[in-house]
Amino acid sequence: MTIDEIVAKIADVMVDVFDVDELDVTQATSADDVEEWDSLSHIRFIITLERLFKIKFLNEEIADLKNVGDLARVIQAKLPA
Amino acid sequence: MLADLDWLEPVADFRVRLKAVRAAIADGTADEEQLYALALARLDLNQLGQLAGAVASYIANNPAPGPLARVRLGVIGSGTLGLVEPAIVASAPRHRVIATVIGGNYGSAMQDAIDPQSALRSAGLDLALIALDHRTLGLDRAQATGDAAAAAVDAAAAMLGAMVDGLAASAAGGVMVATIVPPVEPLFGSFDAVEAGSVAAQVAALNSRLAGWARDKRIVLVDIARVASWVGLDRWHDAGQWHSAKLPFDPDLIPLYADVVARTVAAIRGTTRKCLVLDLDNTLWGGVIGDDGVDGIALGQGSAKGEAFLAIQQMALGLRQRGIILAVCSKNDDDVARIPFRDHPDMPLKEEHIASFVANWGDKATNLRAIASALNIGLDSLVFLDDNPVERAQVRRELPMVAVPELPADPALYPRILLGAGYFEAVAFAQEDRDRADQYRANAERAAFAGTSDMAGYLASLDMVADFRPFDAVNRARIAQLINKSNQFNLTTRRYTEAQVAALEAEPTKLTMQVRLTDRFGDNGMISVIVVDRATWEIDTWLMSCRVLGRRMEEAVLAQIAGAARSAGATALTGRYIPSVKNKMVAQHYAKLGFELIEQGDSGETVWRLDLGSYVAPDLPMHIVDGS
Repeated sequence: MTIDEIVAKIADVMVDVFDVDELDVTQATSADDVEEWDSLSHIRFIITLERLFKIKFLNEEIADLKNVGDLARVIQAKLPA
Repeated sequence: MLADLDWLEPVADFRVRLKAVRAAIADGTADEEQLYALALARLDLNQLGQLAGAVASYIANNPAPGPLARVRLGVIGSGTLGLVEPAIVASAPRHRVIATVIGGNYGSAMQDAIDPQSALRSAGLDLALIALDHRTLGLDRAQATGDAAAAAVDAAAAMLGAMVDGLAASAAGGVMVATIVPPVEPLFGSFDAVEAGSVAAQVAALNSRLAGWARDKRIVLVDIARVASWVGLDRWHDAGQWHSAKLPFDPDLIPLYADVVARTVAAIRGTTRKCLVLDLDNTLWGGVIGDDGVDGIALGQGSAKGEAFLAIQQMALGLRQRGIILAVCSKNDDDVARIPFRDHPDMPLKEEHIASFVANWGDKATNLRAIASALNIGLDSLVFLDDNPVERAQVRRELPMVAVPELPADPALYPRILLGAGYFEAVAFAQEDRDRADQYRANAERAAFAGTSDMAGYLASLDMVADFRPFDAVNRARIAQLINKSNQFNLTTRRYTEAQVAALEAEPTKLTMQVRLTDRFGDNGMISVIVVDRATWEIDTWLMSCRVLGRRMEEAVLAQIAGAARSAGATALTGRYIPSVKNKMVAQHYAKLGFELIEQGDSGETVWRLDLGSYVAPDLPMHIVDGS
């Protein structure tokens, strides 16, 4: 899956997780851009992604992510080739 | 299966439906049944969070209670509970409760509980939940000796006890305590169960102490340890989530956890279900009785299929034994439907176990209405078990207030799904519960008997004995149950918790009465509960079981109250009717008893007065036992 395809899937998840009607998501989107993105909804975000992509993140993998692009790259690396 | 709440229907268009409900809330047209309908779906953590937001705005716009019970629940515990709290709010309407959850501060469970000025305790709580973890209670280390382990368990119990006592002072409805989930990791292995110093043994010792507190009515138990064992501790505990986010268990299991808390709240508030309605063909036995005949249906030992249906019947009997009413609703000819009950040698269910037996070719929604009306209970007291998805869908569409569990293809799993769904959750078990199923049955016989003679003759022939006595400890649980469950024949619908009922027993300014009625067909159990203020002689609470309507019990109760008031020197009684969604049947109760209307409020509330100078107690067709 390409990074752009993964970002598109992440964008769908974000609508549900952050309960917003529309969200313009790019690789540069970060928690600063989404008002509803706080520490609790971040947990829901992560476990929703784990469910969707059928992966499990290690804490260290997601501790220092800057934006959606970083997240997509971690996911891409965990997906079967 | 239970972890995913498989008894609930999956929902495809949740966001669309949620938007519609949000819009209705915003323009003031939403009702509580819409929240109930949304909560009936199988929701994930995100959806629960969204629904919780809608429930909160509904409460903000509709501060007055509607048809569902209202509860303000305080929650304290270990770690991050911020995901659990909204999940409880969103799961509560599923159990006919509209809840506001007030969370404690992170890591401050003890301060929140024992400081009377804490924000939590000042929040006007009805109920509280303490959800602690073995790590917070100091039970996460093995102890070298049995004495040291006992001391650790004592210390944990003392800490919990202080929280319970603190919260009990601010949450009059009671304090729920979650049992402690044992960790996975063994120290010795199987020997952990033997060695008192092991973590597993310490947790087990504390949990057994909590069960004792629940038995003594100090707390209401929420057996989370048992729930964790349903899904398995390996799945329950998520060490990574604890270390990173202090989530006390795998967040995937929050929907189940929240549902279990919500059903316990429902049990405390008396909104759990009362009656299991059973389909017959392919639900109670394999095959179709009309086609296969009594020799052809699968039921009993000898085949896997027959044993699965036997287990379903035994489950139904087990529920009946604990006071759940059984009914039958089947598309069949009545005489054909009854054949297995009469003639099948392996059939544990008999006709005498079924309080209302409806078999015809009409639609099931209509027949469920007839069953509810025959049993004098609300449709929201029914659970309908039917293997046929088409019938389930029809009933859900026509009668959303009836609980209709989704069922797996294999009938061997029906008991687990039905019992795991928690429709019949209980927080107490009284003798009355044991007898209830028989009472409903006897009532049907009384009704048949009534058809044969005139009313006065019928009542006289019943040999009724009405026993009046003040509230007492023995019957406290049943009194509290009636106060919280009775909706229809309830003049003021004032709810009192078991603790408040206990306080009334010793309260000299109140006259309390519990009334039992027996007759030639059996014991009707407790049929009325009365609270009267001795200073004003206003009737604070008057509720009666609809089972004994038409028996002139209202007049007997009034005669007792009037007698007590007179001997205390009172000259008049005051009665009040506070309308609710369900108590229209008693709007004219006081008028019928000869009271005069003295006040009428805008909200439909009425106040009535009975002059004791001119009141004459009637002759009644029953023997009165006055135990006051």
